[in-house]
Amino acid sequence: MTESVRVAIGSDIDIVRARQQVRTLAKEVGFTSSELTLIVTALSELARNIVEYARSGEIILDQICQGTRRGLSITARDGGPGIADIDLAMRDGYSSGKGLGLGLPGTKRLMDDFEITSEVGHGTQVKVTKWTH
Amino acid sequence: MKSPILKLGPNLIVSLNSEMTDSDLLELQAVLVAEVGRFRSKGVILEVTTLEVMDSFAARTLRNLAQAVGLRGAQAVIVGIRPEVALAMVQLGLEQRLSGVHTVLDLEEALGVLNREKAEVDPQ
Repeated sequence: MTESVRVAIGSDIDIVRARQQVRTLAKEVGFTSSELTLIVTALSELARNIVEYARSGEIILDQICQGTRRGLSITARDGGPGIADIDLAMRDGYSSGKGLGLGLPGTKRLMDDFEITSEVGHGTQVKVTKWTH
Repeated sequence: MKSPILKLGPNLIVSLNSEMTDSDLLELQAVLVAEVGRFRSKGVILEVTTLEVMDSFAARTLRNLAQAVGLRGAQAVIVGIRPEVALAMVQLGLEQRLSGVHTVLDLEEALGVLNREKAEVDPQ
């Protein structure tokens, strides 16, 4: 098991940095170039959510192995305001911020697994995973 | 990382790169909308061949940029969206959000589109 890569997210420069780091890691795992683009796009959406809604937080990248399957997980964690209605936030076209309302549902479509937990006043954690095919 | 704006006849050309931050994109948007007036440009070519990711923020900024440039009397054309970026945009649900913005494969095609537009406006 390799160590997690942690990226602190506090501004838009960190989003660019995190994108570069996830790209390097995803290449190591062995994803194709189209899969790389999906992963980097998903990371970009998650990192931007942190900056936009919580101001700061962190992204944790993990290489994972399950039998012969290899994968990469991205965990985006913040101590921001949290999401009161997750079902609503997961609906296409809904946005309480400056985005296009595609952030969370779009990110879910880009990745294989998607888990979200959020507590109002305490923060949000989104974990997404992509497996090599 | 900022990108230089090049002037080619009645058109402005700018290449977007993966190191651009959200603030760089917003700054570019404001500068281009202003420069269109300064140079009396008819076209703005946004070249994205080296852009490795187009997320919802980038798509929204480019759409706003295209609309604002249109209000200033010029047409924006996006050039060279990579195949894997196009596929990711479709999955994310962005392709409809860019509708109304002209997208073409290469610079030659972009110049063709802009020249045609110009010929229609100015028939002699």
